[in-house]
Amino acid sequence: MNNGIKLRIIKNSIFKILVILVSFILVIPLFLIFFYIFKMGISSINIDFLINLPKPVGETGGGVSNAIIGTFMLIILSSIVSVPLGIAAGVFLSENRSSKLAGITSSCIEIIQGVPSIVIGIIAYVWVVKPMGSFTALSGSIALAIIMLPVIVKSTEETLILIPHSLKEAALSLGVPYYKVIIRVILPSGLSGILTGILLSLARISGETAPLLFTAFGNPFMNLNLLKPVNSLPLLIFNYAASPYPEWHSIAWGASFVLIALVLVLNLTAKGIARKWKVQF
Amino acid sequence: MISDRIFRYFLYCSAIIVVLLLVSIFITLLNDSMLSIRHFGIGFVTSKEWDPVKNDLGSFPFLIGTLLTSFLALAITMPFSLGIAIFLGEFYREGFVSTFLKTVIELLAGVPSVIYGFWGLFILVPIIREFQVKFHVTPYGVGIFTSSVILAIMIIPYSASIIREVITLVPNDIKEAAYSLGATQYEVIRYIVIPNSLSGIFAGFLLSLGRALGETMAVTMVIGNSNFIPTSIFSPANTMASVIANEFTEATTDLYLSSLIQIALILFIVTMIINMIGKFVIRKLGYSDKSKKKMK
Amino acid sequence: MESTVLEVKNFSAFYDRVAAVRNISMDFYTNRITAIMGPSGCGKSTFIRSINRMHELTPNAGVSGEILLDKVNIYSMSPILVRRKIGMVFQRPNPFPTMSIYENVTSGYRLNGIKLSKHERDSIVEDSLRKASLWDEVKDYLHRKGTFLSGGQQQRLCIARALAVKPEILLLDEPTSALDPKATNSIEKLIVELKQTVTVIIVTHNIAQAARVSDYTAFLFLGELIEYGLTDKMFTTPKDKRTEEYLTGKFG
Repeated sequence: MNNGIKLRIIKNSIFKILVILVSFILVIPLFLIFFYIFKMGISSINIDFLINLPKPVGETGGGVSNAIIGTFMLIILSSIVSVPLGIAAGVFLSENRSSKLAGITSSCIEIIQGVPSIVIGIIAYVWVVKPMGSFTALSGSIALAIIMLPVIVKSTEETLILIPHSLKEAALSLGVPYYKVIIRVILPSGLSGILTGILLSLARISGETAPLLFTAFGNPFMNLNLLKPVNSLPLLIFNYAASPYPEWHSIAWGASFVLIALVLVLNLTAKGIARKWKVQF
Repeated sequence: MISDRIFRYFLYCSAIIVVLLLVSIFITLLNDSMLSIRHFGIGFVTSKEWDPVKNDLGSFPFLIGTLLTSFLALAITMPFSLGIAIFLGEFYREGFVSTFLKTVIELLAGVPSVIYGFWGLFILVPIIREFQVKFHVTPYGVGIFTSSVILAIMIIPYSASIIREVITLVPNDIKEAAYSLGATQYEVIRYIVIPNSLSGIFAGFLLSLGRALGETMAVTMVIGNSNFIPTSIFSPANTMASVIANEFTEATTDLYLSSLIQIALILFIVTMIINMIGKFVIRKLGYSDKSKKKMK
Repeated sequence: MESTVLEVKNFSAFYDRVAAVRNISMDFYTNRITAIMGPSGCGKSTFIRSINRMHELTPNAGVSGEILLDKVNIYSMSPILVRRKIGMVFQRPNPFPTMSIYENVTSGYRLNGIKLSKHERDSIVEDSLRKASLWDEVKDYLHRKGTFLSGGQQQRLCIARALAVKPEILLLDEPTSALDPKATNSIEKLIVELKQTVTVIIVTHNIAQAARVSDYTAFLFLGELIEYGLTDKMFTTPKDKRTEEYLTGKFG
């Protein structure tokens, strides 16, 4: 009897140690990824790197300013499409929870969220690139807009559902029209949650590459024209990493550093907003 | 009130647009792969030859490549995500270590896939190549195994956080009942927590599989871009997603383009079904939990 | 002689075609406090929510009959106008969490897009908060969020918010059920003072509260109006047996 208990306690300890061990093995790849990106990236980063254009093969130096501007251009364009649409759909879902259309819409949102991003790239190719006859920044942002849409819809819906119903009643009982109740009372109360969702979706799309391969395509020059191909950080990393030139590889490391920094800043800001601006009910 | 009606109409339209978006994605894929579907029929998925020059386009090698990388990645993921889920859901729900591990997971989840691929290509591939030399395997470095390792690192955060949520849903009273009978923590986890969250764990793995199937960039960069049926888990290959990424802009003939779109269609349908099953199981768990709370 | 402000005629309210309130006819009198009491599930909440057309916000809700405000059927008016004339305070205090105390009081104007001068706003805020006996407690914190106040103060803020738009009638739906006894006491005192400015209709399941604050009392049971009259009379000599049983605690 006593032995049995000892054995069970030993088994328990072994199990716990195993779980802890297995969990902390995950720290290794994270450490390695950040270590290498920091080590390789920091050496190529300086002011010139951020403000110059890439140089042709063989010349040293050169920067990624076109990719940085391109990334911002793409994510701003996709936000213009996705943020209003996503918030509206999110409001619809939280306001009409029992309606049939809401059920169908939220299933659609979940399916769209699961569609591999490369497939979205093909869709934007067929919808925009093919009819227009060239790769464009516009087509890339359409692809990214489709990818960020579900994140915004879901975060809006989830935030608004948590807002007490009594708040809406209070506003309605003052004789405020429905649309003003939503815009002036409900949305401001859910602002932090909605903003967090938008920032997280931006973090997600700023690292997307697959949907841009045959839409935004990449461009070695600076481009601000919506109807021309544009470069972005992930595209540049992909193209330069696959190249045989060591100087391009180091530019790709530098670009990775910038991209990771951008994603981290977006994520941290999202977290900060979620915590600091939280509305108390 | 006219403005109220316009506003409600606007909300309604936005929901309709979402539905139409999905429908048109599906119709577009179907429409643009029609050429290939008509031309190859069922042979498209069974034929082992992928030769765009001769217009011999069979996607079987990519199906195999996709299944091998995804399931291998899933197998690698399983112990880790279960371990992390138990760690965060049972052993350390709060406190410094749990915050630390949660941050690690969030950071890993936030790394863009192209950076995983880049890192894999320059750091992981040489390491794996050395091992291959040691064990007398053809030292490609790149290939199915390398892709699976990268994929596993990428999906562990996802599956671990789903499973953690699922196991925290196990009601406290039945765990306490087991403790009061003298069970150790291991026994409670083994006989109470895991069996009670089995369907959720299954769903978590299924959803991760859905992610792995469609993951493109990291895989494209380290799988070796080979259009032949892989002979071992170390050989280079192509997945459905990576062949699209590699060849879409080079597709010169309509039939070639159409068959790549058909691959996308297959990918779309498979991931959709997997995601729907996974989400369905998760949702059922959530509901049963709510109804239990109501009964109290 | 009392003057009538609100006439209810053969009024019924439904959920999914099931009547929650059946065929009620009664008059409410100007500047009087009328309590509506009854056991839970008797339809008193549905009834009061029908008076400012909040009932119809529930899916599958319906009504029949008439409610006349100053001789006009409220169901022929815009619900928005009805709700501006008939204010409401709810069970749980619900100040707008994103707005300050000051903004909460003026929210009826702000949200309706009515522009006021700073002077007008200031005087509305002070006047409404004074009527809600909250002014002295918050006059130095007007620009802090309303959610930092205690439960009783929050509820008085909600009363001030409803009073600010100068309604003819104020509906109180169990306004003290979420409050502690001390806060309840101060709200009750306030309600009695309120009748100088506004007609008050209060729903309560607390018999003693009805007796303490109201001039008239209506007793609802299973959706029907059983008895209605002067509070003093009803509590001393109830006409209906069911009223008597309810008042003596036999059920409810």
